[in-house]
Amino acid sequence: MMTAALYITIAMVTLAALLNVYRLIKGPDAPDRVLALDTLYINAIALIILLGITLGTRMYLEAALLIAVMGFVGTVAMAKYLKRGSVIE
Amino acid sequence: MSLIAEYLISALLLLGGAFTLIGAIGLARLPDFFTRLHGPTKATTVGVGAIMLSSVFYFSANGAGIGISEILITVFLLMTAPVSANILAKAAMHIGVKTMENTECNPWDQ
Repeated sequence: MMTAALYITIAMVTLAALLNVYRLIKGPDAPDRVLALDTLYINAIALIILLGITLGTRMYLEAALLIAVMGFVGTVAMAKYLKRGSVIE
Repeated sequence: MSLIAEYLISALLLLGGAFTLIGAIGLARLPDFFTRLHGPTKATTVGVGAIMLSSVFYFSANGAGIGISEILITVFLLMTAPVSANILAKAAMHIGVKTMENTECNPWDQ
């Protein structure tokens, strides 16, 4: 039963990532694209954790932690670039 | 693994997947940037938190102990998602992103 739930969840998160890519391509303004990228890295973290549960190993959690930190820094840098015109002033 | 643990892990997995999917549908279908900001930043943190909690239960039910990485990722996501949403909203206000026609007022124009 848990295997079926795992596969259904993987399908749901993959569909969510595809919807984010649709917004990333279509988005009319730059903040829409940055928001889509922000949601996309959170979905990538969820997919990595589901992969870890599927394979029964805990090895990939460090990669998920790195993606979380770097994604937050990237989002803040892009938003600051949109607001001020430069990242570090 | 006991049956109760299996039911709990399955329910948490399905809850997390449903929340993530609902957040992405909100991102794809809502009409305006400021309404679009609501969907992913609220739903996706709950979704990833539920998936992470199911991972914690799975590995502790298998006898692998409780890892610190899952809890660290959850706490970090719960701390940083509102911050990035706030910064994105400020940037969109500064740029002057177009809003819906029936938006009542724009306080940042005055």
